[in-house]
Parts: sequence; C-alpha cells; structure tokens
Amino acid sequence: MKPFHLVVGEDLPKRFLSAAALLVALGLMFGLTFLVAWGAGWGFWPKPLELLTLADGTKVLGELWDRESDPVGTGLRWRVKVGNRDLWGSDFRVVRQAEVVKVERPTDAWVLERWEYGNFYGFVLSLDADGQVFDPKTPGFQAILSRKLREVASLKRQSDKLAAKVARKAQASEEELARLASLQQAQEGCTLLMTTAGGERKDIPCAQVVHARPMNRLGFWGKLAVFGERWLEFITAEPRESNTEGGIFPALFGTSLLVLLMTVGVVPLGVLTAVYLREYAGDTRFTRAVRLSVTTLAGVPSIVFGAFGLAFFVYTLGGTVDKLFFASSLPTPTFGTGGILWASATLALLTLPVVVVATEEGLAAAPVEVREGAQALGATRWETLRYVVLPYAKPGIYTGMILAVARAAGEVAPLMLTGVVKLAPALPLDSSPPFFHLERKFMHLGFHIYDVGFQSPNVEAARPVVFATTLVLLVLVVLLNLLALILRNRARNRVMSQAL
Amino acid sequence: MSAALECRNLKAGFGDHLVLQGVTLAVPSGGVTAVMGPSGCGKSTLLRCFNRMNDHLPGFFREGEVRALGRDVYDPTWPVDSLRFSVGMVFQKPNPFPMSVADNVLFGPRLLGIRQKQELSEILERSLRAAHLWDEVKDSLSSSALKLSGGQQQRLCIARALACKPQVLLLDEPSSALDPIATARLEETVLDLATSVTVLWVTHDLQQAARVSQHVAFLYLGELVEEGPTAEVFANPKNQLTERYLTGRFG
Repeated sequence: MKPFHLVVGEDLPKRFLSAAALLVALGLMFGLTFLVAWGAGWGFWPKPLELLTLADGTKVLGELWDRESDPVGTGLRWRVKVGNRDLWGSDFRVVRQAEVVKVERPTDAWVLERWEYGNFYGFVLSLDADGQVFDPKTPGFQAILSRKLREVASLKRQSDKLAAKVARKAQASEEELARLASLQQAQEGCTLLMTTAGGERKDIPCAQVVHARPMNRLGFWGKLAVFGERWLEFITAEPRESNTEGGIFPALFGTSLLVLLMTVGVVPLGVLTAVYLREYAGDTRFTRAVRLSVTTLAGVPSIVFGAFGLAFFVYTLGGTVDKLFFASSLPTPTFGTGGILWASATLALLTLPVVVVATEEGLAAAPVEVREGAQALGATRWETLRYVVLPYAKPGIYTGMILAVARAAGEVAPLMLTGVVKLAPALPLDSSPPFFHLERKFMHLGFHIYDVGFQSPNVEAARPVVFATTLVLLVLVVLLNLLALILRNRARNRVMSQAL
Repeated sequence: MSAALECRNLKAGFGDHLVLQGVTLAVPSGGVTAVMGPSGCGKSTLLRCFNRMNDHLPGFFREGEVRALGRDVYDPTWPVDSLRFSVGMVFQKPNPFPMSVADNVLFGPRLLGIRQKQELSEILERSLRAAHLWDEVKDSLSSSALKLSGGQQQRLCIARALACKPQVLLLDEPSSALDPIATARLEETVLDLATSVTVLWVTHDLQQAARVSQHVAFLYLGELVEEGPTAEVFANPKNQLTERYLTGRFG
C-alpha cells in the first residue's frame, strides 16, 4: 500500500475542486429529476380519504395534501382536497390543525372522478339503475357499479360520436336524431345517489362518472392498480376540465410529430449545407463568414425565431399558399395561420446550426487517405462523398440530430407564436383524408406544462398533471436521445478500424 | 519496348515551392520500375502526376508533358476518371473503405456501371486471387474490410485497384506501414502481378528496390539523377550522388 500522498499526487486540491463541481452538477440534475418524479408519483398515487371532525362539529372529507405553518397565528394548517367543486366552488379547504378533533378513514367513503367539476368525495346512498335500487352495503355492489359504469360509458361514447357527426352536418337525418335521443335516454336511467360528509344530498348521473373508487378499502395492490390505471389514462386519454384532469395524449402526439417533422426538415438541409461548406466551397473568407453566422445563429433567443417564423412562414409563405391553393376559403386562413408545419419549420431553422456544425465535424473525420483512395479509383467528388465520406460523417450527423432533437423537444417560446394551442380540437393526423393535416394547430408537452401549471384557473388541483407532464416530456427526450445514440454508435462502429 | 509512363521536362510544385525541377523519365512497359530517393525528393509528387492525383491539392502547378499508355494525361478527350481506371494506385497507408471486403473490391467496377451479379463475382474472385488475398477472406467477403490486418488491408487495396483492370499500377511506398512479414507477402504479390501489369513503385527502402524492380530511377531534390536496369545501377552507379546514396552516406 502506497502512502496516501503518493497515491493522490500533488494535484489534490485541483482534483477535489473538479470532483466537487461534478458533485454539484450531479446533485442538481438528480434533484431536478427526483423532484419531478416524486411530484408525478405522489400526485397519481391513491391517497386515503380522511374524515375530519372539527371543533364546531363540521365534518370534512377529502385527501390531505399539505401540512403547512399557519401564516396567521401559530401551529399548522392542513390543506385538504375536498373536491365537490359544483357544490362549494373550490377543490380545496384549509383547516387549522388545532380545530381538528377527530381523524377517521371511513371504509365506505368514495371518490368519483367526473367528466366535469372534478372529483366528488362522499358516501354512496344507493345506485339507481333502470328502476332497480342497489344498496352499497350489499355484497358485490362494487362489481355491479363498475359494470353499470362501463355500460353507460360505452353508450356515452356512441352518443358523443353520433352527436359530433350530427353537429358536422347541416341537416341531420330523422333516423340519426332518433338514435341519438335513444342513446342519451339510455344513459339517463343510471344515477348514483350520493351524500357529502356534511350530509348534503347530490344525485350524480352515471354518465358523468369516469371512475368510482372506495379508496379506503383498497390494499397496496389495489392502490397500485389504480396508480397504473391513472398513468395509462394520463398517457392515452384526452384532457378534461381545461387540461387540469384527464390525459395528455394530444400533447404527447403533437410533440412527437413536431420533433419528427422538424428532424425530417433540418437533417437534409443541414447536411447539404455542411457538405457544400466543407467539401465544395473551400476555405475562403466568405465561407468563414458563413460559418460564423451559422454558429451565431445558435445563440439567437428562440423567441426571435418564433417571431421570424410567424412573419415569414405563417404570414408570408402561408399567406401565399392560401392565396394560391385555398382561395375559396379566404378570408379564413388555412395555412396562413399557425400550425404544426410552420412550427416545425421554425424549429428546424432554430436547430439548423447544431446540425451544420456537427455534420462539418463529421465530414472532417473522413481521412484524406480514404478520400484519395476513392478518387484514385476514378470516383468523382460526389461519388467519393456519397459512398466513402458519408459513412465517416454519419456519427457526426447523428450527433447533430441528437442535439437538435433535444433542443427542439424542449422549446416552447417559438411555438407560442407559430401554432401551439392549449386545446386542439383535432390531431394533425387522423382518418379523414388527406390524413396529414399539417395546417392544424397542435398541443405540446412543454406548452402544456406552462398552461396547466401557470395559466389554469385551478392551479393547485392540477399540480400532479404538471409534474406528470414534465416527467413524460423528460422521458420522451431521453427516449429520443437513446434512439439517436444507438444509431450513432452503430455508425461509429462501422468506421472504426481494428487494424493499425 | 514502348514506354507505359513518360514525362518530359516535368516541372511541378505547390504554391511557390518547386518540387520537380524538370524530370524526364520513361517507364518501360511491363515489370516493376522503382523510384527511390530520400524523403522530400519529389518521388510521390512524380508518381501522382501520372494519374493526376495532384490536381486537387491546393496550389498545385505543373509544366511539361505527362503521358500514360501513349496518351497525354491532360488530353481533354480523356476524362480523368477513365485515366484512373487505367492507371491504378495504392497508397502509403492502407485505406480500405468502411464497407465490406466485397464492396471494397467492387467499388471501381460499380462506378464503371457493371451491375451483373455474375460478372461482379468473377471480378471479385479474380482480383482477390491476383492480390493473394482470396484464401484469407473468401469466407468473410461480407464482413467489414476494417477488420482485416494492416497487411491484408494493403493487399485488399491492391485487389481494389486491380478490379478496374488497370494497365499500370502506381505504388506509393505501400509497405511503409507494414511489418516485415506483411511486406514480404506484399512484394511477392506485386512481383506476380508485374507479369501482366506495369508497376511503378516508389520506395525509400534500397533493399526493397533491389529485390523487386527490374528498372530503377533515382530522384534527388526534384531532379532525376540516374535511371537504368536495377542490376546495372546498383552494381555500377554512373553518378557520384547515386553511389553515395547506395552506400548509405546520406539519405
């Protein structure tokens, strides 16, 4: 064993300094990731329903979200999510800890997730379905309730679809209207008679209920199942209640499509630009100026790109396209307004510098000997480039792609000017011809975070959604990066020589 | 015997540096001609004049006539790619392309527009056999050429050049990156080739020049000092410079 000072050498302070820097960086990154993951996990994990009895006899039923110090007076105050917004106007109620005399977890308390007005917390009096009345105390009540809810949900889906179809047509047929009415009537037969903790009666039609769960009866596995169900719904469903509930599927889809379109646009353009700069133009004052401008472009604030995208892509290009091809629908713009195509074009412009710079470096990686080898075989410059230099440049191109994708997936500011919306009525890709609707506005995860977290009327209740959306965005970026990384390593292995 | 390669009063250089100061040389058809001389004497520049590989280098200039196979290499009716199909070249460092062994060999024929599978596989086998590589790689034709050893890579580069059926092969110090055993195999390969192809071999290794060539040219500071049959020049150098070089007093 060597003495310690010989093992670490003389550069100990510098080593500690750099190690400390790494530690701080890692700490910050882990902190961020952990915060996001914790927020998302906590928000979706089923919380027990607490029944609080206050000193004045009031009963409060809800989920305990926060214990914080009371700004007025001393002691703690509890923030309880009591739901029932339709009755009380707000999802939350703040209770002084000192006023609480009793805390119970009643097993017969239910949470109803509803299409409108958020959650309902209360007790089931009975289920009234097609004239039959079911008592919640009878065995098998939960199974009956879920079956009824599924039936009604299926009816609701059909009637919603039909209603949308009817709404699109100016004149609906008699038959369709009759069918719609019968579907709607069939849903009305099912009602849950509920009561709040305070004893207020509330009848909730089954068609309003997304899920009904007796939360305090669930064991760990039951809670885990609910947790999984909530995530699945979050990823695959449409948002409800001005985005504070439901899923983020349109935003996830919009972000993915946006990044894909951006990549399809920026990679060929960036690669060809770099090819000209490095392979054809030679090293002149002009190319150096171009190179400098391209690199400078990378430092321009993204909102400037957004403004440019709005002025050039949306108004100028889009306006021209409208005049030429969609003149019949003017003055309503088709392409002359923000949309996913123009947003991706703006992002492509924004990420062009990284692709150009990385591709140039990739092209420089092709050894002179190998280029000359191809030329000595009679290959033209283009043939040399295409068959010999490009394989060497591929890792660099993929690196550029990684950087571009990572930057584009996280950008929000330029999108706000070029076509992102808080709620898009339809996806940019659907079954109605011509299938791709690139002029459509779209939703985006980054904008969703901003909108739900900071612009929504019910910020507190939407907190889990904000964290979960952030987590999904992070995971999406990681996945996209991994994909590009695998491509890059594969390309790199192909040009690595084992001899010499 | 007609000359396969020829240059007359060739002056060439880069920027304001004159590398070749008026070289007149005729390379006889068939066999191996070695060009030797100390580093920086212009051997490579001379070699690369014959397939116009200098043209794209920055600041290159040239004066005087260069002929290959009896034709002016700058003849406007003779495109540079077809010149290079006839005058193949192998470089100092093995430079296989990042693709399979077969794709490397067939790179040239494909540029020539040969697409037929049958013909391509014939070319592949013929070229690899001629480069003494067939037995080593016949089972791994589709694996990456970069996985071969240095010596195999260099013989692959010879096979790649041969696939275009060149009449002349220019070798630019092809064994300088190889170990002695790989060098011996390479020399053996080239000597077998030289029965059908004219080889111009640039080397700074005197023993190698003596071993492989029938004809030798000695270049010093951009000037041709002496040329002639190898045995004669090595035994009886006419020029004092040649003698001093051969006896190892400089170089």
